[in-house]
Amino acid sequence: MSMKMSLFAAICRQHMQLAWRGGQTVLAVSFLFIAVTLLPFGLGPELKLLRALAPGLLWVVLAIALLATLDRLFQADFEDGALDRLMLLPLPFEAAVLAKLLGHFLALVVPLLVSVPLAGLLLNIEGARVPLVLAAMACGAPALVLSGGIGAALAVSVRRGGLLTVLIAMPFYVPVLIFGAATARVALEGGVGIWPYLGVLAALSGAALLLAPWAIAAALRSALR
Amino acid sequence: MLKALENISAFYANPTRFMGLAARLHAPLWALALALLAYGLYRVAFVPDDYQQGATVKIMFVHVPAAWMALFGYSFIFFASVTALVFRHPLGHVAARAAAPIGAVFTLIALVTGSLWGQPMWGTWWVWDARLTSVLVLFFIYLGYIALWQAIDEPTRAARAAAILAIVGFVNVPIVKFSVDWWNTLHQPASVSRLARPALHADFLYPLLIMGGAFLVLFLALTLTRMQMEVLRQKLRVKANLHGHKG
Repeated sequence: MSMKMSLFAAICRQHMQLAWRGGQTVLAVSFLFIAVTLLPFGLGPELKLLRALAPGLLWVVLAIALLATLDRLFQADFEDGALDRLMLLPLPFEAAVLAKLLGHFLALVVPLLVSVPLAGLLLNIEGARVPLVLAAMACGAPALVLSGGIGAALAVSVRRGGLLTVLIAMPFYVPVLIFGAATARVALEGGVGIWPYLGVLAALSGAALLLAPWAIAAALRSALR
Repeated sequence: MLKALENISAFYANPTRFMGLAARLHAPLWALALALLAYGLYRVAFVPDDYQQGATVKIMFVHVPAAWMALFGYSFIFFASVTALVFRHPLGHVAARAAAPIGAVFTLIALVTGSLWGQPMWGTWWVWDARLTSVLVLFFIYLGYIALWQAIDEPTRAARAAAILAIVGFVNVPIVKFSVDWWNTLHQPASVSRLARPALHADFLYPLLIMGGAFLVLFLALTLTRMQMEVLRQKLRVKANLHGHKG
């Protein structure tokens, strides 16, 4: 049991190290800020407008930044044969997949979430909304990574499958974005408790956690055949 | 009953037997589809104008059946994929692949007619109405599915990946539908409720049902034709491979 745990941790750590050394973490965070910088050019610099739109814009930017990281989730390992070796480990392949997803989450998504308050500052976000947005993102982001992983795994054997991954993953992002962006808005407007919204987001993440590892493992297995 | 179904499906697992059945079904199915379509359009032509919407109500007779077929098509792909992946029936992948572009086109028809219908009703070509929005997402689901088939060169690998996507995507459809409905009630524009009609009058209902039947049979005829094409294409591929090895 403990050997399996340490294998799981090792796969997770390795994925994090590769993401960090390959500069992906820095690139992902830069991407988030580039997108945020482009927004006022498109929408105009008016602070009131940006303040009203900030929570929704942050969600969209987070989703796009996350989609942009997906193509390297499995593809490098698929090309250099590391995925084949993962299948040989005395660990269920689903668990190995989950370890990689956790590594991806820790190495790329957590830095993105940490950058969100600063990005919100650039969009003149209302201070009181920042914790709400962050809480919602923390609940919803696992679903984004897990369902994005399905897209990445299905397109893994396709060269330059980045856009295909985005196309496949996008429909799965719709519910998370809807409830995520609604959290900050509705909670502040109506004075309704934030918990039902966080609950729905967590439920989406939970459902993704139950389904995605199997779908991803099945997709990778069929690609490796 | 189940046993009989199993026997029938096992019998037609042989592509040659399937092609024999398909050849016999082909002409009657198309004849039925075209006859139903002609009769349905004839009935629609004599439908009275709606007192609120005028003649534009006739768009409904294309829009609503197309939206039905959009959903039916994706369910068809799902069940075909389960048949292929779980029961390993070789025609499952063929059926799923054949139905995808047809379902996508019906979805596109639903979107375009919805937009055309919305113009006089809402005064704009596009409204983020709950139904239009979820049909748009369904269209993207179709596109992703078709793109995945096209992107993977190796046929069996493409078939498995597409089947996995079809099954996972099918789970996602009701979640999208529910969340888009909820999202829409959050900030619903007042004009949208104008389209919420009372129960349909029989003058409208029967032509609508006939058109629905026509679209369904048309879908089946198109899918059967594309399945025949796909089986023939596979035969050609096998032949080309054999000759390649000899030469």
